[in-house]
Amino acid sequence: MLFTPTVIKNLLKKPATRNYPFVVREPFPNFRGELVIDIEKCIFCGMCERKCPSQCITVDKQAGTWQCDPHACISCGYCRDNCPTKCLTMNDTHRKPMAAKVTWIEQGTPPKPKAKKAAAEKKTDEE
Amino acid sequence: MATTVIPFGPQHPVLPEPVHLTLKVEDEIVKEAIPALGYVHRGLEKLAEIRDYHQMITVCERVCGICSMIHGTCYSQSIEELMGIEVPARAEMLRVIWSELHRMHSHLLWLGLFADAFGFEALFMQFWKVRERIMDINEATAGSRVIVSVNIIGGVRTDLSPDQLRWILSELEIVEKEVREMQDTIMNDYSVKARTVGVGYMSKDDAYILGAAGPTLRGSGVASDMRMLGYGAYSELDFEPVIETSGDCWARSAVRFREVGQSIDLVRQAISKLPEGDLAAKVKGNPPEGEVYMRVEQPRGECVYYIRGNGTKHLDRLRIRTPTFANIPPLLHMLPGCELADVPVIVLAIDPCISCTER
Ligand code: SF4
Ligand code: SF4
Repeated sequence: MLFTPTVIKNLLKKPATRNYPFVVREPFPNFRGELVIDIEKCIFCGMCERKCPSQCITVDKQAGTWQCDPHACISCGYCRDNCPTKCLTMNDTHRKPMAAKVTWIEQGTPPKPKAKKAAAEKKTDEE
Repeated sequence: MATTVIPFGPQHPVLPEPVHLTLKVEDEIVKEAIPALGYVHRGLEKLAEIRDYHQMITVCERVCGICSMIHGTCYSQSIEELMGIEVPARAEMLRVIWSELHRMHSHLLWLGLFADAFGFEALFMQFWKVRERIMDINEATAGSRVIVSVNIIGGVRTDLSPDQLRWILSELEIVEKEVREMQDTIMNDYSVKARTVGVGYMSKDDAYILGAAGPTLRGSGVASDMRMLGYGAYSELDFEPVIETSGDCWARSAVRFREVGQSIDLVRQAISKLPEGDLAAKVKGNPPEGEVYMRVEQPRGECVYYIRGNGTKHLDRLRIRTPTFANIPPLLHMLPGCELADVPVIVLAIDPCISCTER
């Protein structure tokens, strides 16, 4: 009985729910959504691999590949926070459901400076 | 009178949690209840051996799907104590803000489920409608609705801007108003009272002896709230444990309902006292050898973390005791003598969170 005023109010108001999927709420700007990598900026340092709590990232420095299992990713954002070159970002939408299991592989250019650096180090050693 | 055995759970329409109770019933009156747990055991504690101590925060947050923030805080606090890290004051206050938001949305969720348990669908929807605002606050400020994941060892990783703080306050204003509207219904409505008053009675002494925790304990009149220990920034805030003395399901729901208001007040206090400063302290090295025992207050009661470090980046042992585990003996004490139709109400009154009990 005490609930009647609320019921009447609710009847007169607009519905509280959205007609999803036809009406989709604007995502909040800080939402941790799908992981995106700008592979060109990646230096294959492997920091994301070491920080990822679900261990879903594999970085291969020699081959220049960055690989992620998107199904294991929990969108925690630790890789994004710890990436030294800020090449990982997260957009503000959920990952779409997938019908099949995929492994997400990005092929980048393996870092060349390594040889140079080694040479430079040799030089300093010689000096 | 012949005894009938009725299995209750792990799948049951009114019970969202996978707990199984074998009810021995005589003439609609429950004579004995035997619990069976272990349906959703995930072995999260064991993960401490293969995940390093930073990554374990993410694991601990997933112990419970509702009070993730407080699990993360408890774990971070224990590591910080073990390593002797001084957490910046601003980080501690921010932790309080998110913790109290979690307490609020957990209690609102429970109040809804409780209304559902005695068949009050409209009230259930209404509580969840209010709860949605708090979920939005979580999502807008921390990036996720439930697993806010703001804790890191040494502090927090997300800041709240003055604009966001103002927005939180204005949203809380609306939440408070909408929750107030339902006060009469959940506390004084005739049909609600008929289902809750006097049901599942537990005396103050029984609650204490059986080791009840949280609102189950406070509903029986024991003023025990781990926040009173003053961990984190709670020592700077002004509050008192919410208690009710009638010891029945009504008292437990009243405690939780009043705690929603208390949490709103605590968030306001925390925002007004939010100091400027760093978000996180620098953390170097691994946890040393030693052990730490940390207690925090979760929406469901006292939660205990025991950790033992061994000087490496992995922990020797992580042991979690969740409040629902403590509340199962009181539940078994309350069930005998009740009517079969009251079983869902009594079980829900302890706010069972079986997933975190079994980890
Ligand atoms: S942390 Fe960044 S730069 Fe390093 S490997 Fe990962 S994505 Fe590349
Ligand atoms: S968001 Fe988290 S789980 Fe996903 S890849 Fe990054 S660190 Fe791993």
